[in-house]
Amino acid sequence: MTINTLAKGGWNREQMSCFRKMEKVIVSMQDPDMGMKMRNQRLLITVIPHAMTGRDIIDWLIQKYNICDEEALHVGGMLVRYGYIYPLKEPRSLVLRPDESPYRFQTPYFWTSTRWPASELDYAIYLAKKNIRKQGELMEYEKERYSVLNKRINHTWDFVVMQAREQLRASKQRRKADRIVLECQEQAYWLINRPPSGMRNMLDMGLERPNTFSSRVTLNSDYYKNEIENCKRALGRNRVKSSICLEGYVFVKYSEQYLNHDPIMQGCLPSNPWISDDTAHWTMNAEVVPTPTRLRVERWSFSFMELLNDSMGKREFMTYLEKEFSAENLCFWQACEDIRHGESSRIIQKVEEIYKNFLAPGAARWVNIDSKTMDKTLTGIRHPHRFVMDDAQMHIYFLMKKDSYPRYLKSDLYKNLLAKAIVPQESKKSVFPFMRRQRHASPSPAQVVTQATEEDGHAKGAGEAGTNSAAGSHA
Amino acid sequence: MRSPLIPEMATQEVQLNETLAHLKTESETLKSKLEEERAKLHDVERACCDNAMHLGDGLCLRPLRLCCSLGLDNKCSVYPLSLDKNENLAAKKKSVAMHTNYLSACSFTNSDMQILTSSGDGTCALWDVESGQLLQSFHGHAADVLCLDLAPSETGNTFVSGGCDKKANVWDMRSGQCIQSFETHESDINSVRYYPSGDAFASGSDDATCRLYDLRADREVAIYSKESIIFGVSSVDFSLSGRLLFGGYNDYTINVWDVLKGTRVSILFGHENRVSTLRVSPDGTAFSTGSWDHTLRIWA
Repeated sequence: MTINTLAKGGWNREQMSCFRKMEKVIVSMQDPDMGMKMRNQRLLITVIPHAMTGRDIIDWLIQKYNICDEEALHVGGMLVRYGYIYPLKEPRSLVLRPDESPYRFQTPYFWTSTRWPASELDYAIYLAKKNIRKQGELMEYEKERYSVLNKRINHTWDFVVMQAREQLRASKQRRKADRIVLECQEQAYWLINRPPSGMRNMLDMGLERPNTFSSRVTLNSDYYKNEIENCKRALGRNRVKSSICLEGYVFVKYSEQYLNHDPIMQGCLPSNPWISDDTAHWTMNAEVVPTPTRLRVERWSFSFMELLNDSMGKREFMTYLEKEFSAENLCFWQACEDIRHGESSRIIQKVEEIYKNFLAPGAARWVNIDSKTMDKTLTGIRHPHRFVMDDAQMHIYFLMKKDSYPRYLKSDLYKNLLAKAIVPQESKKSVFPFMRRQRHASPSPAQVVTQATEEDGHAKGAGEAGTNSAAGSHA
Repeated sequence: MRSPLIPEMATQEVQLNETLAHLKTESETLKSKLEEERAKLHDVERACCDNAMHLGDGLCLRPLRLCCSLGLDNKCSVYPLSLDKNENLAAKKKSVAMHTNYLSACSFTNSDMQILTSSGDGTCALWDVESGQLLQSFHGHAADVLCLDLAPSETGNTFVSGGCDKKANVWDMRSGQCIQSFETHESDINSVRYYPSGDAFASGSDDATCRLYDLRADREVAIYSKESIIFGVSSVDFSLSGRLLFGGYNDYTINVWDVLKGTRVSILFGHENRVSTLRVSPDGTAFSTGSWDHTLRIWA
């Protein structure tokens, strides 16, 4: 089901930009110097000028955009599907064939973007013409639509028939080649604007988007005052140089650190279940396992957040804190999380419990917060809300992160677990390869990337983001 | 005979219009000043590259109990998940969010108890599931908001949204304020997704490009585009390490980008109509795409 609620005459902005881009391609294809070489094409006994073969189109696209055969076929195929190029043989099949099949450029008069939306009247005239020209030339679906139109715009039917007859008469006076071309052009146009059921509707746009900004949001003074405030605040903020973020040291470091954990990049052990149909990888990495995998335990050392995000890691950490007699910190943090993300109705109750257990003087699990934060929190508790514990929670979080966490990583508890952790063996290739299901054979992105990295070496100076492997690297 | 009212009203109206125009101008001046400031710290060649390489329904899953979905009735509904085939889940559905226009995206926050939604009415909103109460609303987009993503940060308090006004806004969930705003796309932003570390996010737009915005540099740091890619991006997601960015496009393809180099690594064919949604699995072993060709495909 699609909802096409475009306003009458309203132009969908997304579609418009795609059409403009396709038209640019078409125009450059017809450029006298750099465009395609055209030739005359024989269609039965008639010779059609300015035609090209499917192969020509693909080759031109490959050359122009430096893409592979498959992609050129795809891009060219879209141009055909949107009616910018139409086939001369098998005109009802708007498909690009990578062979000697002849194609022609659609005249701009019939570009979808030029005459959009297609009018009912024009469609009626077109069908009437077909009907008059040769009885029974209309396809089933066209016959149905013809009779529906007949009923709907019956009041102008005389005009329709008159126009149809007039256009037919005019076309009879043209040369046969021109007549064939015009019929093809028109047919292609209507195949797209009034597709038969079963054929994909290329102009289906889905849900409506607004044409102008302010159709749903009032751009009043409040809006602009808000914008001004945001800008002023933004101007005052601290910014970090791009070279520090992108090139050095945040993205590169992060990606390198997680490389072995990224199954799409490096594969996973014993095998990727999606490819091998062996779910061992998932079983070994289930939330609750007697012995975790080595990669998993290693990951806890990447950041405090990684440790806390893994329930097993959190439990291990809790065990360690209990030995250190500082488990109340983690419990407190968890309780604060429950408030922040929990039901609104239980906030007051939970805040009270936290106070009783962690903050009140002499509390069983008293947490050590600095006096300033403590005062602020105690004041806030009088009017409890979802974020009343934020400052205290943050204080304890960073306490754990800076102190307990690094010590945990150096502890025997952690090191022993790491030593005991499983390193799965890569599973052998299946003995009966023909038993594997067919998979779409595209080159694994990871292979391309790691190959490139090897070619590059690691010689990337600061400020060289954007160099790609194909262009060679700079030391 | 005096008729004082009409001239006075006219003057007031003129004053109001002048104020609005004045505000608009001031806002635009500040924005260009902001872009200048941002540019000063951009000391890196943009990673750009041309070289040799719905339906309005959204669905969001929490592993355990609930799932929420969006309808064209401007509501967000929450369903309990059950493995019992006989259970009539539709009967147990509960309406949580209510906007004045269609809902484009929804996401549970860190638990089953809160939902974040974005809407065609230009706002985002945070809801309490149990009571259906509105906890916070986020105003600042000038047109439909199409997508959102929660930040994977330690303090877990921000999210990013993208809209038809070409803006990507980063919001503070507590205060409802817009912390950062980026406006470099040339058309609607259909999808936003945080880089796994939370320091950046990627966006996909109808202008056929994906872009990377760094939050600490406070600017766009990469554009992923190619002259041969004409159709818009509907959905983006990162591989687990953040090295690869996957984009689902309206021309039925998936393009895979090298995030660091800005180059296109691969193009994947297979779908027979628009790719409308794309997501990498949480363990990173595969990614899945949904399409207007009525299929869901898994790629590994």
